Order: sequence, then C-alpha cells, then structure tokens
Amino acid sequence: MSHCEQGGRPCAGGHDIVIALVGNANTGKSAIFNQLTGMEQAIGNWPGKTVERAEGTLLHHGKRIRLVDLPGTYSLLPRSEDELVTREYLLSGDVDVIVNVVDATALERNLFLTVQLLGIGLPVVVGLNLVDAALKKGISIDEGRLGELIGAPVIRTVAVHGIGVHELVDAALSVKGKPRRETPASMRYGPEVEKRIDKLAAFLSGVRLKTPPRWAAIKLLEGDGRLEKELAGQDRRIPDAVRILSDECSSLHGEPCSTVVASERYSLVGRIAGEVQHVVSNRGPKSSERLDSITLHPVWGYALLILTMLSILTVISLTGSWVAQSIERGFESINPHQDGFWPQLLWNGAAVGLYASLGVALGFLLPFYLILSVLENSGYLPRIAFLMDRPCHAVGLHGKAAVPLITAFGCNVPACVGCRIIETRRDRLIATFLSTLVPCSARTAVILGIVGTYMGPLWAISLYLVDFAIIIALGRLLNKLMKGTSMGIIMEIPPFRSPVPKLVLQQAWARLRPFLATAVPLIVAGSLAIELLRLGHALDEIAAAMAPLTVFWLGLPAFTGVLFILGILRKEAAVVLLAGVAGTVDIPSVMSPVQMFVFCLVMMLYIPCIATITALGREAGWRAAAAITIAEIGLAILIGGIAFRVLAPLI
Amino acid sequence: MPKEEIEEYLEAMLDLSAGGRPVKTTEIARRLGVTPASVTEAVQRLSREGMVAYRPYRGVSLSEKGRTVARRLKRKHRLLEVFLTRVLRMNRRNAHDEACRLEHALSDDAGDALCRSLGGPRSCPDGDAIPPCRLYVDSCATCIREGVSTGKRTENEAQPLTSLSENATGKVVFVHGGKGVVKRLCEMGLTPGTPVRLLRAAPMKGPVEIRVRGCDLALGRGIADQIFVEPGDART
Repeated sequence: MSHCEQGGRPCAGGHDIVIALVGNANTGKSAIFNQLTGMEQAIGNWPGKTVERAEGTLLHHGKRIRLVDLPGTYSLLPRSEDELVTREYLLSGDVDVIVNVVDATALERNLFLTVQLLGIGLPVVVGLNLVDAALKKGISIDEGRLGELIGAPVIRTVAVHGIGVHELVDAALSVKGKPRRETPASMRYGPEVEKRIDKLAAFLSGVRLKTPPRWAAIKLLEGDGRLEKELAGQDRRIPDAVRILSDECSSLHGEPCSTVVASERYSLVGRIAGEVQHVVSNRGPKSSERLDSITLHPVWGYALLILTMLSILTVISLTGSWVAQSIERGFESINPHQDGFWPQLLWNGAAVGLYASLGVALGFLLPFYLILSVLENSGYLPRIAFLMDRPCHAVGLHGKAAVPLITAFGCNVPACVGCRIIETRRDRLIATFLSTLVPCSARTAVILGIVGTYMGPLWAISLYLVDFAIIIALGRLLNKLMKGTSMGIIMEIPPFRSPVPKLVLQQAWARLRPFLATAVPLIVAGSLAIELLRLGHALDEIAAAMAPLTVFWLGLPAFTGVLFILGILRKEAAVVLLAGVAGTVDIPSVMSPVQMFVFCLVMMLYIPCIATITALGREAGWRAAAAITIAEIGLAILIGGIAFRVLAPLI
Repeated sequence: MPKEEIEEYLEAMLDLSAGGRPVKTTEIARRLGVTPASVTEAVQRLSREGMVAYRPYRGVSLSEKGRTVARRLKRKHRLLEVFLTRVLRMNRRNAHDEACRLEHALSDDAGDALCRSLGGPRSCPDGDAIPPCRLYVDSCATCIREGVSTGKRTENEAQPLTSLSENATGKVVFVHGGKGVVKRLCEMGLTPGTPVRLLRAAPMKGPVEIRVRGCDLALGRGIADQIFVEPGDART
C-alpha cells in the first residue's frame, strides 16, 4: 500500500479491513466510533484541511479493523470542506465497507444520504441508531423490511449504551468484498428523470470512473461542477450533454434540475420510510420542547446563555490559572538556580517553555475540550448559535462564531481550535482572526495589573471598549475585503440528550493529544530562541533598535521593547518582568499614565502569544498565521501611536 | 374615502401585524398620523368590504383578502424603491415617500415588468424581502431571460416563511437564493410541496426555527425570508 504513505490518506496499513463511518450530524456516529475504538483513537486533521479526522483501530474476532469517522454530512455533493473530505475519501479506493449511521427519529432525512451512499458501489451496512429515542417518540421501524428494500443489512443500535455496535461490525465483515451492482426497484426515480439518468449514464460508459456510471450521472444532473470538470478532461462533450439533459429536466418540472433530483429522491425516500415506519402517535419529545421554550426564549434564553457563558469563563479562568500556577510552582521548586550559559538556557528556555505550554494545555485546553464536548453532546451548542446569530451579525459573522469568541476571553488557544465548528473557510478565518484580538485572561492580568492598579477601573474598562471597537470594525472590514459572502446558518437543532461521561472524556482526551504532541515542542523551541537572545545580550540591542518605534512613535520608555519581545512567549509575564526591567517596583515613577495606557493597549493587540500562533498555524495554516501575526503587529503600532498622540495632551 | 387612503391603511396593518397578531386602532392612528376617529371609520368600511376583521378591545386583523391586497402593494412599493434608488439615484428617504405615492397608480403587470427590468431584486434598499409575483414561471432567471409579459397568475399567493405566525404551518412553494443555499435547503428536506411549521422567530430579525420532515432546523433570517410558502394546515 505505497500510495498510503504518499497521499497521506488513512489507509489499511497492517489492517484487514477499513470501515468508514458516514452519516448526518447528530446521529450518534461519534458515539459508535468511541464505543468501538475506546482510547485507541487519534483525532487529527485531514491533509491540508481543517476538518477533524478521527480514526482508530479495533480488534474484532482476531481481525484488525481500521475505523474512520467521517464528518457529519447531509449529501455527497461536495460544497463544504466536510462534504468534500467525505466524498474524496469514499472514492479514494481505501474504504472496504461503508457503515452508514442513520437516526431512527428522522428516517426520511437520513435515508436521503443513504440512497446516495448505496449508489457508490461499495458494500454498505446501515446502523439504525437512536431506536430507543424513536420508540419514545412513537416511531417503530421494521428494519428487516428496510434492509430488503434498500438491499443492505440494517442493524439496530443504541450507540451511547453500546447496544448493537459489535453486530454492526459483524455485518460489515460479512459484506466485505461484495460490491453493489444493481439498483433495487425501490430506489428508482420518476420515469422522466430515470430516462435522463440512463441516457447520461450510457454516455459516460466510455470514460474512466471511480463509481458506477449511474451514480456519476445523477451527481452531474445535480450540478456537481467538480465532477463535471474532472470528466470534461476525458471527454469534452460531457458538459454539453449534462446541460442539455438537465435543461430538459428543469423545463419539464419548472424547477432547477438539482431541485428536481432532490425532490424525487425525497419522494422515493418518503415511500421507503412510509413502508417500514410505523408512527404510533405524533407525541414528540415533549420534555425537549418544553426545555426549548426556556432555552430559546427571547428573554430567559439569553439570561441562561449569559449565565452559562459566565460560568464557563469563570471555570476556565480559575482552573486555568490555578493549574498553570501549580505546574509552575512544581517546576520552580526544582529550579536549580544555577548561573552560567547552559543551565540558564536549559531552565529559562526549555523548562519554562515546557511548563508554560503544559499550563495552557492542562489548565485551559483540557477544561475547554471537556465543556465543548458536553455542549456538543447535550445539544446546547446549536441553541447558543441560534441565540447568538443576530448579535454576531455586528461583526459580520453567524451564530456559530459565538462560542469560540466568548471562549477567547478565557484563552485564545481553545478559541482558535473552537472555530472549527464554523463551516466555511472564509467565516472560520475571520472568526479565528477576531478571536485572537479578544482580551484573554493573560491580557486581563496585564490590564488590571498596570492600568487597573495605577489608573483606576474606568481606564481599564475604556481599554476593553477600545478593543471591542477594533474587533467590530475589523470584522466588518474583513467581511468587505474577503471574497464571497457569509451564507447564513442552516443548522439542525437536535433534541436535548444527556451526555455520556465516558464518551465526553474520550473525546476531550483525543482532541488534547495532538496539541501535546505538536504544539508543546514548538513552544519550547520558541522559548529557547528567546532565551538564547537574552543570554547573548541581544535583547537590549533589539530594544535599542526598536527605540524609534517604542520611544518616538509610541512615546514609551525604551525598556518596554524587551517586554514586548518577552510578551510573545507569555503576556502575563510582562507585568512580573516590568519591575525587573524598569529597575524599580514603583511603576508610576518610571511611566506616566499615558505611557501605561499605551503600553497595555499595545500589549493587548500587538501579537498573539506563541501558543496562540501555534494553534493558528495548525488550524488556519502557517501562511494565515503569519499574516494574522503581521497584521496585528501593524494594528498595534498604528493604534498605539494614535492613542499616544490623542491622550498625551489630555492627561 | 379615496382608494389610496384605504390602501395605506392595509399596508400599515400588514407592517404592524407581525406574526399575525391583531393591531390596536391607536397603533394605526399613530403610524399614519391620523385621529383615532378616522381609523375607526376606515376600519368599519374595510370590515364591510371583507378586508379586515375587527373585534372591540382586541384590535383589527387582516383577512386573507386584505392581506393579499396589502402584500401586492408592498411588492410594488419595494420594487419602486429599488428603481428610484438604483436607477434614478434618489436618496432613500425621498425614494420611500415617492414610492408611497406611485405604488397606488402602478398596475400588477407594470410591477412585474419593473421587477424583470431590475433583474428580479430580492430585497428593498432597507433589506426587507420583496413579496413574490404570482406568475407561473420556472424561475426568476427564465422570467428575466424570456420576458414573460402575460403570464397566467396563480390565485393562491406564496408568502415568505417568515411572515407565518409562530406555530403556523404551510407548504413550500419555491425557494429563492444562491445555488448553494437552495441545494443545501433541498438536502435538508425543504423541497417544493413539503409541509413546514414555523416554531419560533428570534427577536430583531434574528434566525427562525422550523420543523420539516420531523426535524427542527435553524435558518438565518436572510435565508428564511427567501423561502416562500402557501399557508395552510399541514402535518409536519
């Protein structure tokens, strides 16, 4: 399997079978994945994408099985990154069996995807999940009949309790190597559409395809531009054929062809669902609805949201600083306090970098991941997005950006990571940029420690207001500058479900692991580099070189240049080190109020700390991380200089 | 009472009756800058014509007939605003006043022709959705391209999903918007003919929550404004 190494794709290296888990969002796909793989899993990124890739290994009756959990998707038309990843992976040739997880409480919408998966040609097993919730809703499903109609095994599961998940694997093993060729009669579209599908499929028989021609023909009629371009390379007549046939379809039905195909697929899915599904009564999940009359209420909903967010922030800030300080104390207690080049480099560079990054990871990231996982699994996350959609429009973003932006007040690192929940790359990039400007708890320490202490709370608050104004202005500007427009939210609001502690822990740990593995070494390296500069007495020279900027443009004392360099590592260190660098603890004797204000303002804006830059690089790519960093340095210099010139005559 | 004045009353009631709630006569008086007595007189007349239903102490609500007339005016008003600001480059305030006067003289046909010549705008300069026409056409694009001048008109009018009151149901008639949005909505089950229920609308033009095919979806207001439904009882 040499292509595995080159392509960087997950592969069967040393495995007997590769199973891909595919399904809509909120179907319990991840629960099945976690039940089967336990701690034997890794969450990372798809190569070149910011889409989460979870894969794990399990041993089942002596067989080594690789399980890949694909992102939640509603269709196989590649528009969002999630769908693109799903489709490319399914067509990559690495997958042996597709396990399609279906939410039994919303059979129709889920089967819409199932029908598309069945046409790909790979063997498919359907996991009918949440059957317990469906029964409560008064829906019972004849899974045997469903299996007959779609021509694939259907297994009932209750994933959170582990029911049926091993049977699902048994079924997957039993269909391995049995590709699907026929399209069951139950899965045919209307005669007018079928005629066009057949015509196009016949036309496609001459070209090389990764799927059965029928599947490709349907996707082309649905307006799959990516596939059309690919095939046009082989036969230039294809785009014309597609256009003629889809125009025919569209004029017959008076709708765009993609709508016609989707409508017909929904009606065939509706027929299947109608035959296998028995709805006893229409009693919905009443408790969840009652809960929503509070959680989504125009007044109480926001009150609850503010309360929740404040407690999350408090928890993250308190546990974060406590854990970080404990780790620091632990390390410092073994500090040998030796002078000399090597001991200092090792301690101040490597050891300090290590405990600073561990502090971020265990103090801020771990609690954030735990909370995020609870919010996700309980179903509160989409409700937050619903409530915050309108307020987020102020910065040109949509509701889903609210969670990372609020989290950023605790720490920017989990905020950057949290921006993943935003679908489009454009919106995600804007949200990531903005969240690095939100004053995190370290910056709050700087602001309160200097401006708050020596100038009073009003000045501290005004600093925050300046920052918020910058975030709003920048958000609007970025929206104008960046190509495309925000699409607006189209998001499922699943019923409330109680999160399962074991799964929450597993998920949080799996997400934390890559940070420990990749970001920690980078932060240690950065810390070493800065310490090297300090030991080589280059810091003072840099500070002197920065004097035109710090002294002339920003009106600050020259020694602040050193602090700006050290602040890249840890911003809160700036307060502690200020006294040391200034040579006195009496700060007002060396800095005027204007200088303190400008210093804190620049500190707040000038650069994300090294941990945040690392997170930015991992999430948005290194080019974007560099661009954001440079933009923020420019912004801080500009705003700081203006503030100095405006405030100097006033105070 | 002149026709224009009657029409202004209907329009004011459409604006004030967000979510289908009855409107107080005093609200109408304040909105139009007239005395409560003249409102009462006008309401009585409209009630005789079957345009509104009036219940003392509760207020006035538009009948289906009244709502149709009001929405048709709203359509012409907003199209005229687009024309006046975009083509004649008038400022928004003047354009609004001018549109208020012109809308009463414009026929439905001329309104549709205006819509075509403007390239089928989706919203007025203030960002409010323009109610759809009642022509039988495949799509706005075909209408603009082929210039259907005497298309047949439907009787049942489609109205934006967001104009439903909470917990009211309707059937999807068509969806405007970019290709990506329309496809995504189709995938989520909002294909033409599908019953939908509006569960709630967030305040200040926030998103809406709807139920479709047994699932609850949140949609941004901008998207929901472009989904047109035919109101009526339906099981969701």
